[in-house]
Amino acid sequence: MAGPAQRNGGSASPVRRMAQTLAPFVLLAAIWQLASLYFPRYLFPSLVDVLAHTIAIFSDLAQLSEVLATVGRILAGLIGAFVLGCAIATLMARAPTVDRFLAPILNFFQGIPALSWVVFAIIWFHGTEPRIFFIMTVTALPAFTFQVLDALRGMSRDLIEMVMSFRPTRAKLFRAMILPAILPDILTAWKVNLGNASRVVVVAELVGATGGIGYELLQQQQVFDMAGALAWTLQLVFFVLIAQWIIALIEARALRYRAASERAL
Amino acid sequence: MTAQPEIRLARVSKWFARPGAQEPFRAVEGLDLEIARGEMVALLGKTGCGKSTTFNLIAGLMAPSQGTVRVQGLDPFRDFDALRGKIAVVFQSDRLLPWRSVCQNVELGLEMLDRPAKERREVAQLWLVRLGLSGHEQDFPYALSGGMRQRVSIARALATDASILLCDEPFSALDEITGQRLREDFAALVRENHKTAVFITHSINEALQIGDRVIVMTRPARIAYDVRLAPGMRAGPDGAIRARIQEILAA
Repeated sequence: MAGPAQRNGGSASPVRRMAQTLAPFVLLAAIWQLASLYFPRYLFPSLVDVLAHTIAIFSDLAQLSEVLATVGRILAGLIGAFVLGCAIATLMARAPTVDRFLAPILNFFQGIPALSWVVFAIIWFHGTEPRIFFIMTVTALPAFTFQVLDALRGMSRDLIEMVMSFRPTRAKLFRAMILPAILPDILTAWKVNLGNASRVVVVAELVGATGGIGYELLQQQQVFDMAGALAWTLQLVFFVLIAQWIIALIEARALRYRAASERAL
Repeated sequence: MTAQPEIRLARVSKWFARPGAQEPFRAVEGLDLEIARGEMVALLGKTGCGKSTTFNLIAGLMAPSQGTVRVQGLDPFRDFDALRGKIAVVFQSDRLLPWRSVCQNVELGLEMLDRPAKERREVAQLWLVRLGLSGHEQDFPYALSGGMRQRVSIARALATDASILLCDEPFSALDEITGQRLREDFAALVRENHKTAVFITHSINEALQIGDRVIVMTRPARIAYDVRLAPGMRAGPDGAIRARIQEILAA
């Protein structure tokens, strides 16, 4: 019978862990490849075709720049939403009046679908970049604000009191107490919002842009090129995976103080 | 001319609003208290008598509703920056920052005083050795026992070399033997370094063991008994003093 450590994968070798991670993808690829033998190419193209398209995107500077444009839009929008969200959350945490005023507005914003923001952006803005920056920022803003606000409110009063007993300047209070205390929540917020943003950016580019992965997906749809559509989608998936990996590295370094339990939850 | 007291509370009251209640909760009411430089005062009282509120007022963590609090002639709440490095606090729980190593926790107060990194490290190292924590410098707090964590918090307070030490029942959560040993070490360190110390406790034995002066408080934080102990009395205090304290606390 497997012990707790084995159940949570704690004692598995790196090779075994890698195999466990890859197994579902291999199975999915096998099913797809099998389907490609029995269905037309525009429904289930061969994985070889998809791979060829993917490599073509990577090796052609013009196509790669479309991927980078999308990545840039995601990052710019998320950074904008994060900075604005931190400022708003700080104001809300410090002043109950601001909290009572802004919380309903942010909740209202959360109820507006991303596609509606795309329509509003097309009407309100002329250039592609301001449109997409606005959409990305406004869709990620409520989540970032509420996550940072919760993190600020969740800080230990005992620890704040202890640090305050040393009479720090505001900058030192932020560096010694506030930033380390809210960092875990900030990293989680980035992980969640990164996934959301990669979905929103495609919608925004599909409707309101003349370049980027979303626009390229629209081109593939018009010529019924499923291999191309998959190849462009994979670019976005690769970006999200790389970004999540970078966040995981930061987490492993910054949160190494957390006690590791031998027993899984 | 008499010397200015190190800590002075004059007609101090502290009230807290209670949701749904018309009358506020009166934690401290008209408290007068003077503590001279170098005194080691044990503030003794039952749970809920306002000892911790008095402690927070002296530490400048809250402002009085009425009256004046002065530490070295300054208002500890309003003159926030002016008293930096002058007061160090040991809390009931260790309150270590979980994201900092033992050494970094001890360095915290020195960071607030802008001491250079090398000096911070040396001072922290010195106090960790004195408190028997050598070899644990790079450990994170979760890896330490309760007694070790509390020793780190004492090292953190002593490392700043503040002239005033405020301690809020720092050994109450520890087992009897660990608490006793830490209490003795702590009292010796405070006396050796000529600190003014205010030590809050609800234990008569602890108060008599640690204090040069024992102040018994009754609800809402008023002084019911104030006695100075001769050094010889700490080892075996006068039975009459103990009986008087017990009588007040039982009332």
